[in-house]
Amino acid sequence: MANQIALRRPVLDGLSVQRQWVSVKPAAPASRIALRAPAESLSQLSASLSLTLPSKVRASATSGTRTALCLGPDEWLIIDADGVDIAGEMAGVEAFYSAVDVSHRNVGIIVAGEGAQAAISAGCPQDLALREFPVRACCRTILGKSEIVLQRTGDQEFRVECWRSFADYVFTFLQEASRDPLI
Amino acid sequence: MLLIRCPYCEKDLPEVEFRHAGEAHLVRPSNITEMSDAEFEGYFFIRQNPKGIVFERWRHVHGCGRFFNAARDSVSDKFLTTYKAGEPKPVLGDRE
Repeated sequence: MANQIALRRPVLDGLSVQRQWVSVKPAAPASRIALRAPAESLSQLSASLSLTLPSKVRASATSGTRTALCLGPDEWLIIDADGVDIAGEMAGVEAFYSAVDVSHRNVGIIVAGEGAQAAISAGCPQDLALREFPVRACCRTILGKSEIVLQRTGDQEFRVECWRSFADYVFTFLQEASRDPLI
Repeated sequence: MLLIRCPYCEKDLPEVEFRHAGEAHLVRPSNITEMSDAEFEGYFFIRQNPKGIVFERWRHVHGCGRFFNAARDSVSDKFLTTYKAGEPKPVLGDRE
């Protein structure tokens, strides 16, 4: 501790909500890359990342601790465990791409339980029913007044990614939503 | 809530994810330095704003982030069709 120059303090450190049907917890710190690339670069990038980048918008792919979310026709959010140098693995790729490290810009929140879908639907206008938003589906959307990236990680589990400065609002929103008597 | 079909996400999505972005199919003149003030005003400021079928740019700002074009009825607010940026104006036929 004494030899550290700066101490990293996660914004939602220690916060957690556990109710009968739903739990809201901050996700562990993670490495994140915002990747933009044309279709021609995908095969080389996929090979360097050891993960096939999904080419369909709203789809995601997972391999080990690494997840790639396709947010737009040429845009991906890649999430891996804390400390992994994702950009370094892509350094040898000669095809055209842009990778920006956004590890500290985003905060992840895990919403799980039978009431998870209802809690997110309190502020998200999309249809989150399983047939419309199946497991591994993802998208950039809105929660309340904040923009989020939403991924369904299980039948009853979602990962919400928001900007660090919105984390307090998003967490409080989900906390209040989980108080709903219908959940 | 109004649902708008994003041609890139290929899905009907809620209107709050979208932003209107002005009239579509405006072509930037290649000779702007040679234009008269009146001609430039026409290109830069003057818009059609018709009552009925309008062709507009929209942006899926809280989604895939892409601009696309839409044909919309400005009286009923009904979206007739949406199509990717760069594609020609669609033939609307009996959808009007």
